[in-house]
Amino acid sequence: MADAPVVCARELRRDYGKGEGLVRAVDGVDLEVAAGETVAVMGPSGCGKSTLLHLLGGLDRPSAGEVWLAGRRIDTVGEKAVARLRRGAVGFVFQAFHLMDELTAVENVELSALLAGRSPRAARRRALDLLEQVGLADRAGFLPTALSGGQRQRVAIARALSNEPVVVLADEPTGNLDTAATLDVLRLFESLHEAGQTLVIVTHDSRIAATADRLITMRDGRFVDETRLTGGTTGRSLGALAGLEG
Amino acid sequence: MGRVVLVLRLAVRDVRRRPVEAALLLVAIMAATTTLSLGLVLRQAAGDPYQATRRATAGADVVASVAPLPSGTQARPADVAGLTALTGQKGVVAHSGPYPVARTSAEAHGRTVAVTAEGRDTTSASVDQPKVLHGSWVRPGTVVVEAALADALGVRPGDRITIAGRRFQIGGVAVTAAMLPYPEAFDYGVQPTMAQVKDRGLVWLTQADARRLSAPADLSYVLNLKLADPAAAMQFVDALEPDPSGSPTSGAQSVPLLMLEPWQVTRDNASILARNAQRVLVAGGSLLGLLAVASVAVLVGGRMADQTRRVGLLKAVGGTPGLVAAVLLAEHVGVAVLAAAGGLALGWLVAPIVAEPTAGLIGSAGTPPLTMATVGLVTAVAVAVAVVATLVPAVRAARTSTVVALADAARPPRRTAWLITLSARMPAPLLLALRLAGRRPRRLVLAVMSLAVAVTGLVAALALKAQLSTSNFASTAGLNHARTERLGDVLLLISVMLIALAAVNTIVITWATVLDARHASALARALGVTPQQVTAALSAAQLLPALVGALLGIPAGLALVAAVDPDSTVDPPLWQLLAVVPVTGLVVAGLTAVPALLGARRPPAPVLQAEHA
Ligand SMILES: Nc1ncnc2c1ncn2[C@@H]1O[C@H](COP(=O)(O)OP(=O)(O)OP(=O)(O)O)[C@@H](O)[C@H]1O
Ligand SMILES: [Mg+2]
Repeated sequence: MADAPVVCARELRRDYGKGEGLVRAVDGVDLEVAAGETVAVMGPSGCGKSTLLHLLGGLDRPSAGEVWLAGRRIDTVGEKAVARLRRGAVGFVFQAFHLMDELTAVENVELSALLAGRSPRAARRRALDLLEQVGLADRAGFLPTALSGGQRQRVAIARALSNEPVVVLADEPTGNLDTAATLDVLRLFESLHEAGQTLVIVTHDSRIAATADRLITMRDGRFVDETRLTGGTTGRSLGALAGLEG
Repeated sequence: MGRVVLVLRLAVRDVRRRPVEAALLLVAIMAATTTLSLGLVLRQAAGDPYQATRRATAGADVVASVAPLPSGTQARPADVAGLTALTGQKGVVAHSGPYPVARTSAEAHGRTVAVTAEGRDTTSASVDQPKVLHGSWVRPGTVVVEAALADALGVRPGDRITIAGRRFQIGGVAVTAAMLPYPEAFDYGVQPTMAQVKDRGLVWLTQADARRLSAPADLSYVLNLKLADPAAAMQFVDALEPDPSGSPTSGAQSVPLLMLEPWQVTRDNASILARNAQRVLVAGGSLLGLLAVASVAVLVGGRMADQTRRVGLLKAVGGTPGLVAAVLLAEHVGVAVLAAAGGLALGWLVAPIVAEPTAGLIGSAGTPPLTMATVGLVTAVAVAVAVVATLVPAVRAARTSTVVALADAARPPRRTAWLITLSARMPAPLLLALRLAGRRPRRLVLAVMSLAVAVTGLVAALALKAQLSTSNFASTAGLNHARTERLGDVLLLISVMLIALAAVNTIVITWATVLDARHASALARALGVTPQQVTAALSAAQLLPALVGALLGIPAGLALVAAVDPDSTVDPPLWQLLAVVPVTGLVVAGLTAVPALLGARRPPAPVLQAEHA
């Protein structure tokens, strides 16, 4: 009871097109993610991983089913309310980084804090802390164009964390990175996991997947396999699984 | 607080990151606001020149004058006592005069014209105090020249003028509502219908100086009357002149030569004179306004295309639609306010150049170059531009899904494969041009419209010019050479402004297309298309609408002339009309080449990469 799932989806469906061209990108998915849990989602290209993540984070609206975030249903509320919720509860990390080109690293990181109405000084302090945490304290004043891909992604992760989100949703965060940069990001996710951050990571990289508590495999919009990995916080996760069955 | 900082920061950074675009935005809004303020000044000048002058000069409701009986056995001086007696008439609330008037001639810069020389007090009169546009009011030894006459003679304060053989210095240039401007000034005391002296103007000097210009017996006198009810001026005159048809000479024994001119008659005559000029000004001002709107619309479209990914990003990190709108608004309002200030300043500088000839042309008291109403309207339009430029993408932002918005820039142009396959066989520039033009149908329409409006104005100017040069027209419209020249000047000015604005529009449209086609052309170049081919394509994409616009503009221009002046019979020479199309094409090609080349020259890699970052 005390450990209500942070993210919860029921009978989730997302269709694109209609008639002949109808695509069920996500097709009847049930999911619960407990607080502090790290879930990895893998699957072949086009199976609906990104779509699922967008639905969970309120970036997109489902065709059917329910999405709950931090105990609130988000698929029925208005655009403004979803924006607020995203600001407070969700941190996104994209494969393409999606930093604002005209803002420096530290300004990108404090973006969501400022959007949330924090004082500029508090936002700046937190942003610098986070950059320190991702190992980029010396690059705070750089524009994204002056950073490497791995550095950009670490800035994006710092930005995702700036509002202490209840869940971080990452879509192939290492998809554009080489091995060394991937390891940096991997370590970062590990430390987040240890710090109790709830994470949902879509990835093609089995090393990233290996750090998760749970590994979900998708195909054609459905979950086809769920594996509980060793070292996870089993008690809570099993409870979540039980809830899913019931 | 944090949000305000963020909004301002994003606005400033976006401007700084793309200075060329910001500058173009500024220039285009500024061109639009300058044009708008000039258009307003023109329209105002043309609006009701007579009323404006009447207000500015405390115009008389009735101008009464007496002339002496000319030579012969019955010769006798003007009946001043009879004239003065009019001040006691019922309904007269104020008067000025009687003032002595000499009928003589003036000579300056080698030109001689007949003038009515009116002697005035050096102090200002309560009724009919001519409004001094330049210089100062009469002093002993100086002359004030009516504005249209000054224009025709080409004189300014400080110049010399010879009146009745005496040399004077010109002290000022002024306008009045009491008499028609040069060359329609009449002889006081003589019915204008009877003594039509063409090419007569009006000057003012001191009473003493005026009396020296002719023998005392030859002086006429003028009295300006203000009535309790100005609207009843006609009735007032009718009551005093029971038999207006009676010839003054027939009753010479008893009836002194008294002439009464109610202000409505002068107004009607003045507006007939000013009609042609007014029509030109109103039509020109409206065309300029139309073009300004077109350039604004182009801008709005151009900016919108660019904002989608930014909007998606802001939304992904939790920006509400309202906040996204605020970010876009801050940037545009900042630029718009700056542009409005610049446009007003430019308008303020240029307005006198526009208003000056119109004052001489229609004898108005000179419009204040910038009224509060103009300032307010121009600023409002500039801000409205900003709001529109913001609202459309903001509404769209609220509607489009964040995911789609985020994918916007990363998405390659549709049907690229099709493009690549075809471009291997067809002339690449033409193909790219067609695709570029087809991608933004609304911008295409605006480009066509913008050029059509400019060509309309140009053709109308050519047609009017052709008419002005026909002696037939000049004489029927009562225009002498000087007036024709003045009208030509105003026409030229309007044409220049139309062309300048159309040029700015063309550059803005090209730049917007360049930005739009950034990714497509980078991709095309990565596949082996040369920068020259891309440039040619971008130019061609502007050329197609330009030619359509020119073809539409020619009949529209002729139609405009026909609508403005239904009696017009002369069309511009055919070769001029035929030349309009290729000239428009050449000019547009030249204008687009620069931004197109700048855009095409950029190395493709950074463009392709930037879309990922
Ligand atoms: N806007 C859209 N319109 C139509 N179909 C779409 C749209 N977006 C995604 N799809 C389809 O939905 C399915 C799932 O797409 P999604 O992007 O979620 O796949 P993915 O698992 O993230 O693939 P990848 O690993 O390549 O990123 C695909 O078949 C895709 O073609
Ligand atoms: Mg994906």
